[in-house]
Amino acid sequence: MARMDFEVVVLAGGTSRNLNPLVSQEVPKALLPVANRPVLSYVLELLEASNLKDLIVVVEGEDAALRIGGWISGAYVDRLHVEVAAVPEGVGTAGALRAVASYLTANDVLIVSGDLVTDVPPGAVAATHRRHSAVVTALLCPAPVSGPSDTGTSGGKEKAKKPVRCNIVGLDPTRQYLLHLATGAEVEKDIRVQKSLLRAVGQIEIRADLMDAHMYAFKRSVLQDILDQKDKFHSIRQDILPYLIRTQLNSEVSDNGGIKSELGMDNISSQNDLRWLSQHREIAPSAFQEPHAFSLKPLPDARRTHKCCAYIASESKYCARLNSIQAYSDINRDVVGEASHLSGYSFSAQNNIIHPSAELGSKTTVGPQCMLAEGSKLGDKCSVKRSVIGRHCRIGSNVKIVNSIVMNHVTIEDGCSIQGSVVCSNVQLQERVVLKDCQVGAGYVVTTGSEHKSESLARK
Amino acid sequence: MAQKRGQRGASSSADDPEVVARVPLQAVLLADSFNLKFRPITLERPKVLLPLVNVPMIEYTLAWLESVGVEEVFVFCCAHSQQVKQYLNQSEWTKPAARLSVTTIESHDAISAGDALRVIYEKSVIRGDFVLISGDTVSNMSLAQALHEHKERRKKDPLAIMTMVIKHSKPSNVTHQTRLGTDEVIMAFDPETKELLFYEDKADPSQRIISLDKILLADSPAFYMHNDKQDCYIDICSPEVLSLFMDNFDYQHLRRHFVKGLLVDDIMGYKIFTHEIHSSYAARIDNFRSYGTVTKDIMQSWTYPLVPNVRYFGCCSNMKLDRQGVFKALDVVQSRSAQIGAVTLIGSGSTIGDHSVISNSVIGQECTIGRNVSVHGCYIWNNVIIEDDCKLNHAIVCDGVHLRTGVVLEPGVILSFKVEVGQQITIPAYSKVSLLPQPSIQDSDEELEYADANSGVIESPSITSMISTRNAELSSDYSVTENSGLSEVGISGVGYIWCSFEGGNDDEWRHSVAPIPASKLAELSHDDYEDPDVSYQEVNSTPVSGELRPDSEITGDDDADGTDYGDSADFDKEVEATFQRALTGVNQENVILEINSLRLSCNKSHADCAGALFLSVIKLGLEAPHSSNGELYQNTAKEINRWKDILKHYLKSVDEEIEIILKFEEICLEIATEFSPLFSTILSSLYEKDILSEDAILSWASEKEGADESDKIFVKQSERFITWLKEASEEDDEDD
Repeated sequence: MARMDFEVVVLAGGTSRNLNPLVSQEVPKALLPVANRPVLSYVLELLEASNLKDLIVVVEGEDAALRIGGWISGAYVDRLHVEVAAVPEGVGTAGALRAVASYLTANDVLIVSGDLVTDVPPGAVAATHRRHSAVVTALLCPAPVSGPSDTGTSGGKEKAKKPVRCNIVGLDPTRQYLLHLATGAEVEKDIRVQKSLLRAVGQIEIRADLMDAHMYAFKRSVLQDILDQKDKFHSIRQDILPYLIRTQLNSEVSDNGGIKSELGMDNISSQNDLRWLSQHREIAPSAFQEPHAFSLKPLPDARRTHKCCAYIASESKYCARLNSIQAYSDINRDVVGEASHLSGYSFSAQNNIIHPSAELGSKTTVGPQCMLAEGSKLGDKCSVKRSVIGRHCRIGSNVKIVNSIVMNHVTIEDGCSIQGSVVCSNVQLQERVVLKDCQVGAGYVVTTGSEHKSESLARK
Repeated sequence: MAQKRGQRGASSSADDPEVVARVPLQAVLLADSFNLKFRPITLERPKVLLPLVNVPMIEYTLAWLESVGVEEVFVFCCAHSQQVKQYLNQSEWTKPAARLSVTTIESHDAISAGDALRVIYEKSVIRGDFVLISGDTVSNMSLAQALHEHKERRKKDPLAIMTMVIKHSKPSNVTHQTRLGTDEVIMAFDPETKELLFYEDKADPSQRIISLDKILLADSPAFYMHNDKQDCYIDICSPEVLSLFMDNFDYQHLRRHFVKGLLVDDIMGYKIFTHEIHSSYAARIDNFRSYGTVTKDIMQSWTYPLVPNVRYFGCCSNMKLDRQGVFKALDVVQSRSAQIGAVTLIGSGSTIGDHSVISNSVIGQECTIGRNVSVHGCYIWNNVIIEDDCKLNHAIVCDGVHLRTGVVLEPGVILSFKVEVGQQITIPAYSKVSLLPQPSIQDSDEELEYADANSGVIESPSITSMISTRNAELSSDYSVTENSGLSEVGISGVGYIWCSFEGGNDDEWRHSVAPIPASKLAELSHDDYEDPDVSYQEVNSTPVSGELRPDSEITGDDDADGTDYGDSADFDKEVEATFQRALTGVNQENVILEINSLRLSCNKSHADCAGALFLSVIKLGLEAPHSSNGELYQNTAKEINRWKDILKHYLKSVDEEIEIILKFEEICLEIATEFSPLFSTILSSLYEKDILSEDAILSWASEKEGADESDKIFVKQSERFITWLKEASEEDDEDD
């Protein structure tokens, strides 16, 4: 097979603890339905659209790997060439990469998190990576504006909500190079910027409104070296990426001679590397140029640098990660709402999707930004607003469903009211159940007349 | 008169803000730099009166203030205030025709800009927004925009009390200083509002990381960090600035105290904003290097219209600009064979002899330059006589200096007023020569890092042989015998070479007018290559998931040790001195009291006291006459026995006892190596006398187990004793 430009590794994770009780052995995180499609399908179709069809999907846990593999081979049999690899649980993203690193051969590797829902073309990230011949290029997105699901009237007033602080990012004036990245707990601490980097670029833009979207392009040889040498590195986000960023002026990563022979261009590009930081300095008026004595020729043993780049998605792009229950609700809401182009469905004139096989009783209304999948039946005088209802659900009469997600084969009896909740598959809600901001795990039975608020209900 | 007006203005402005808007624009000009960077020249003349391209610096500042529409200037003078006042009285500025009124305010006890502003506050002459500038600033920027921005902001937010003018200027990556010779400044500001969020001009170079408070991101999602901006030291201030200086009487430095103080103070919420200028010029002459740089900028007309050939200052009206940026007064007498190279100015009445070569230099008025003289990159002031065959390279030569035949000035030399240099003498690079001896106690200044530097005249052989004596009383410190040999040849020189301050010599090149030597640059850039290891380690100390970094802790500890090392040595000495007094009859309890107070004042622990005391005791043993190790042991044991009560007083727990053992190790290795063979014997005697417990010795031994081989000499030496202890304790256990 001809050498490909990019190889793609999709890190699909396993059963994330953050998402209990939504995930289970039967439904790993990657298969959680977003607008009635597994969340992984969004990444896979995004990659397919960029013509990246050879994928390795790494899954934590054998069971989960089998389920995901089964689903992929069914859904994408002719479209993608996917290999599913299973790794033990808890190895971290770096561990997951280590397991598959030896199979990688292309010059560059694109690593995508399986829980990403976005319309940013991976091809653009890859192109940026190539253009700068960077060792790593990270996709940065505007941090999602996440708030409690607006109850009742959604005025669309997002002003009051603050973007979540996901990362603190340092960029050069051209916003091409990644000079600082704080993640996780560091975000809440003081900002520690390396002076040498500041000196090299003169100006660093520190931003808190960007999110590391977990789509990275790595130079394969560098990635493999790091994985080999730094065997304590556990996570891409917390170990590998910060390591590359802080050593970019004093590169420790070795460029194997092997690559040079493979790539004739490499000699030229490595020379450019030395000067890359000076290229985007502003040109000062001549009197402000440094005295001639300063302009030393670069020393022959000039230190090696490498480039860490950023691709910043535009504000108009949608980008979110399904890493919490809140995010799950938000993404579902968005995919049938403002980011409806992602869903892949065509919306009706009422701005909703009702499968032809779905049945609605009399005086039942399904509002805009709703989705009703095949085979589901609603009784009389029901009201559905801004919600997603899965396949083959049986819903009685006088049921209100607002801002909620109802998965497949759910039975909802008469007089229930569901608000801001997630109801997993095979759940039974008996008559007059009231749920507000609850999560109901798969197969759970909520007994007649019970009311729950902000609870997580699941089978023991 | 100004005062009267001031009071009227102040009273009316209090009730009607409209009046504030109409007050004339005022400026406070600090005619004192409050530092010593221009010594020795500033011993004789204030910095603001030093000629910059043959015009006193303060003229540039006043001319700029006039051009931006300032109507009242308060010149604050401190050092050499009489000279400044006299100059201003004779100048055009105080003539009735002047467009701005110049008032001098004098104070002799001000030692900093903060003090100066407090004096000005007390005079209550400032009624509205004012421009704060020091008298060594050259600029041609238009203030209108910045002033407008400042006023608009003030209307919206009364807490926006200051606007700072900044300019793009990238510091060198190698020396980390700007072309003005100032250290790099790290600033952070809000990209939208240009509010200054962070300011650091004295960043610790050993620190590889700059840490910014997370609070900076609390309100705005983004900010910019810069090290490519230069602070022009032109500030537009609201009157609150003065009262803030009043409230915070410890604010001295405008930037280091005031700006930083405001930035970290989130109670009052005062805000500072920046105004960046792009095409206009603004620079402050902070040191000799900026003196040179600004001079060049003026000659190259970056400061237009403040340039020599524009009739801006009366004295320069007869300047003519030739090709290649050569300015020549009309009455210069120049030999046909003399060459005047690019970017040079020659003042009126100067003569230049045959075959002399002058380039990149400024020559003042009435200078006489002989034949075959080469002058490159020099700033020669007025009435200087340079005899034949001299070679001058990047030097500053003040008024009335006389260089005799064949003198060579190496790069960076400063010759202060009326210095004379004898024939064929080479003045080494970066020397400063003055008629006045180096003051033994430096004048008060907040930057007196070198206040305790060596005092008086420091003789160095090359100097004494070089500068001979004419004025006996001036040069009484010199060895006359050496000089008399030279005087016979007919050369004479007058002046003291100032010693460079301890450690200062390394940095002399940074602030000198001379270009930085290539060797220095190579050295520095080499250093830079070494550094990243450090930086890497430091970065490591940020916790990273899944990886334990024990070494980061160690690095931190090392740092701490390094910083108080000198401290602890001092402390040891103090304790020893106290202890010595105990020998002369002070009773033991008083000694304990004294040591306790020492401990508190030096912020030390009991363990430190124990260690220091132990050292003193051991030293006593050492001082007693001895001929063999045996005798030494006897003496020491005796002393230990005598002082064991005091020692025990400080040995409250095992930790302190371990400290003593560690101290003892240190003593054996570094202070009194005589003891090293006796280590284990003394250790066991300490044990026998109940000074050290068994636990302490055993835990010391176990602590050392993991140490380097070199660290374990003494553990090995005491091995038998330790095993014996161990066995004894095991037996005890068995008995139980």
